[in-house]
Formats: sequence, C-alpha cells, structure tokens
Amino acid sequence: MHNTRFLTQEFEYFVPHTLSEALDLLFTYQDKRTKILAGGTDLLVKMKTLGIGVDYLININEISEIKNVELDKGLKIGAAVKLSQLEKMKAVKEEYPALYEGITSMAAIAIRNMATLVGNICNASPAGDTIPPLVVYGAKLRIVSKKGERVIPLEDFISGVGETILKRDELVSQVIIPEPYKDLGSAFCKKGRVKADIAKINLAVGIERDGDICRDCRIVLGSVFSKTLRAYKSEEILRGKVIKDDLIISAAKRAAEEIKPIDDVRSTAEYRNELARVMVEDTLHIAWERAGGKRW
Amino acid sequence: MEEYKIEMKINGERLVATTQADESLLKFLRRNGFFEVKCGCEKGECGTCTVILQGKAVKSCITLALQANNKEVWTIRGMEKFELGRKLQESFVQYGAIQCGFCTPGMILVAKAYLDKNPIPDRKEIKREIAGNLCRCTGYKKIIDAIYAVAEENKKMN
Ligand SMILES: Cc1cc2nc3c(=O)[nH]c(=O)nc-3n(C[C@H](O)[C@H](O)[C@H](O)COP(=O)(O)OP(=O)(O)OC[C@H]3O[C@@H](n4cnc5c(N)ncnc54)[C@H](O)[C@@H]3O)c2cc1C
Ligand code: FES
Ligand code: FES
Repeated sequence: MHNTRFLTQEFEYFVPHTLSEALDLLFTYQDKRTKILAGGTDLLVKMKTLGIGVDYLININEISEIKNVELDKGLKIGAAVKLSQLEKMKAVKEEYPALYEGITSMAAIAIRNMATLVGNICNASPAGDTIPPLVVYGAKLRIVSKKGERVIPLEDFISGVGETILKRDELVSQVIIPEPYKDLGSAFCKKGRVKADIAKINLAVGIERDGDICRDCRIVLGSVFSKTLRAYKSEEILRGKVIKDDLIISAAKRAAEEIKPIDDVRSTAEYRNELARVMVEDTLHIAWERAGGKRW
Repeated sequence: MEEYKIEMKINGERLVATTQADESLLKFLRRNGFFEVKCGCEKGECGTCTVILQGKAVKSCITLALQANNKEVWTIRGMEKFELGRKLQESFVQYGAIQCGFCTPGMILVAKAYLDKNPIPDRKEIKREIAGNLCRCTGYKKIIDAIYAVAEENKKMN
C-alpha cells in the first residue's frame, strides 16, 4: 500500500494566463515530466496513489481562452470548462442527451465541479463516461502546440489504456461537437456497482432516422476493451434498414459478440458479455424513440 | 522545495500563508488550524474533506492549496454566518442525522452549496447530491430527512 496521505513529491507549479504562455511552458519542459492540471480529479489521485512522478505542473484553469463554450452550429467546449457547467446547459441536455446522461452519471457533484470534459478524454480510461457519447456525436479535438494546431477525430485520439497520440509539447484546447442530424436519437447507459461508480460497462448509441429507416447509426461501448470500442458489425445490421424489434435484438447480440472484455475487479468478462447485450438492446430502443421512431 | 506565498479568504477572513506545490488544500487548511475539515480517504471518494470553493462544493484532498490561491473558501465553521447554514446545522441535530459526526461537515457543506441554487429539491435529488459523501453510521435516511426538512421549510416560505 502506498501512503495516500500526502503528495510526497517535489514539483514546480505554473499558472499561465494565456494559451501561448502555457504552450511555451510545455515546449520548454517537454523533455521533463510535465503534466497539465485541469480538474486534477484523475491526476492528483494518481500522483497520490500510484506515485506518478511529475516535475512540472501546469494549471490551465486561469486561461480565459479555454474557459468558455461556444454555441454556434454545434458546441465548442474549452479545455478548462467544468463538467458541472456543461450539465447545466440547456443545449447539452436537449441536443446531446447521451452526453448529458454520461456526465451526470459520473462521480458526485464535488468532483464534477472540478473535473473537465477534456480531462476525462485525456485521462484515456476505457471506462471514461463521456467518451462513448462524444464518439457517437462525432466529436473532434483541437490540439495545439507552439508550432501550430491540428484537429483530429476523438476516435483516433486514444491509443490504449491511459495513452493518447498527444505529443509532449501539445495540449488539447477544445472539443468540437458538430450539429446533430435533425432526426438523431441518442442515449447513454451505464452499469456500475452502485450509483456514481466507475462503469462495469458504459455505452452510447445514436440513430439517425429517415422515416422508418435507420439512415446511419453508431454504437460505442466503454470498459469492454483497452479503449472505447465501436461495434461496427452491429451498426451494419441496422444501417439502411427499416427498424423493427427483431433487428434491434440481433444488433444487440452482435454487439455483445464484438466486444473484448476482461475479468477485473469490477466484473467478469462473461457477465460483461451478457450485460452488454441487454444494455445495447435497451439503449437502442430508447434512441430510436428519441429519434421519433415507432416502437414495433 | 520552493515556497509559494498564497492568499485566500477563509470563512470571510483573509489568510496569507505559504505553501508548497505538493500540498493539498486539505493539508493546508488543517496545518493552519482548520481542523473541522476532516481527512478520510484522501483520494476523492468519501467527501468528508469537502469545502466550498468559489461557491461550489469541492473535495479539498484532491485540490492543491495553490489552486485556491486568491479564492474564497468556506468550511463548516463559517456556516453559522448564513441562515441556510444555521438551519441545516439545527436540522441535522433535530433529526438525529449525526452519530459519530465525521461525515457531517462534508454533508452540510454539500447540502448548503446545493440548496443555495436549488432551494426546493425532492428527496431523490438530495440523494443524488450527497452521493459523493459516505456515512458509516446513519444509513443516510436521517441525513436525507434533515436536508429535506430544510427544503420543505423553504417551500413554505416561497
Ligand atoms: C471519486 C471519483 C469518482 C470518479 N468517477 C468517475 C466516473 O464515474 N466516470 C468517469 O469517467 N470518471 C470518473 N472519475 C475520474 C475523473 O473525475 C474524470 O476522468 C474527470 O473528467 C477528469 O477530469 P480532470 O479535469 O479532473 O482531469 P485531470 O486530473 O486534471 O487530468 C487528467 C489527465 O489528462 C491530462 N489533461 C488534462 N487536461 C488536458 C489538456 N487540456 N490537454 C492535454 N492533457 C490534459 C492531465 O495531464 C492528466 O494526465 C472519478 C474520479 C474520482 C476521484
Ligand atoms: S478525504 Fe477527501 S474525499 Fe475522502
Ligand atoms: S455520522 Fe458517522 S460517518 Fe456519518
């Protein structure tokens, strides 16, 4: 057991007030163990319990450029925006319900008051609750460094457990979520041991409806692989088809076959497979109804 | 290790002190005599270290003291300065929502921050709000009763 009392390590602390200041720091200290501190709800816990070593800590919470949410043809969410701020926004609740449900399923309010959306993404946990919804909505990340910027799909960002494609002098400045298709129905579902717990499985689905037909869809699961997983074959069953109960049942079955869960402290692989099937089925029904589709 | 001079307003009073980068807000507060901020799990799970930072409940064990620089912090000791704070304290006593009392500061602070913005929640909402605060004694029912009683009173006054 580690002593969890104190952060017994020495590091230097910076509070830049502009993005360019932060990027200068990242550039200067890229060969050292330099970490960005957003809410700290993952990082500080890891520093305490896992003894993750840090030489330089850059608190990004005072950078005004990344503190707001732009509501213009979708959402642009700055890296210092707190989860509790997002859950209060009407646009999030009404237009991106799976994201709203993902956020409010997380931890407790005192955590969400500190934690950020970008922190949840960069932490790259397979159980991160905002990641499946964001993949459903086709979110992209704006990544900046002293040398320039790039925008990449969230789907390509996480490369493994706790790993991302971020270079050492880069940070994520913004999450860009496009405007949803007009008849998109989406939903999130999570099963933990108790409320506000880390997920055994979490998932989000989105169905774009055209009459009785599923024009396009996404089924995205967490905690079932080393990173968030898209059930492509299951999606294929629904895409372009008239939506009926039996189709949803077979798509759910297929999704359960596609996942690659493990046995861990939270659950067994066998249980996760069974659970995934039921959860996908229920959540597809909810999404289809939200898209304005009929129940068969 | 480098010393940083920081300043905050704690329970309405200015405090100027020094800290180091690795000091949690919890440790900082206790070192400066605010022992009412309790130390439990030290990793964000139990909620007994909760304080109100800039009007919002946060867990001080996973907040750096430096993150509270130039900010306003309230602990349970300051709650008597607010009508809502006093009401909650009295209600906890009245409903027997305190046994060992270790969770009480966190519970009351979370409830205060919440009721400030949502004065008339239902029991389900109260339950959801205190989900991050563990109590090993009461079984939660009396805590929820105590907070709900204050909400009921707010309703009558509206
Ligand atoms: C008690 C408790 C319960 C929790 N419950 C849940 C839960 O139910 N579901 C869930 O998904 N998570 C949960 N978490 C984990 C955590 O709260 C979330 O992942 C949160 O969103 C992290 O955000 P943060 O801002 O605190 O990240 P931080 O801890 O500040 O950062 C996380 C990581 O991302 C990096 N980072 C942060 N911002 C950037 C940036 N802009 N650019 C590049 N890198 C960056 C940091 O360097 C760090 O490595 C829980 C945590 C605790 C302590
Ligand atoms: S001591 Fe901070 S949450 Fe337990
Ligand atoms: S009264 Fe003892 S922990 Fe809550």
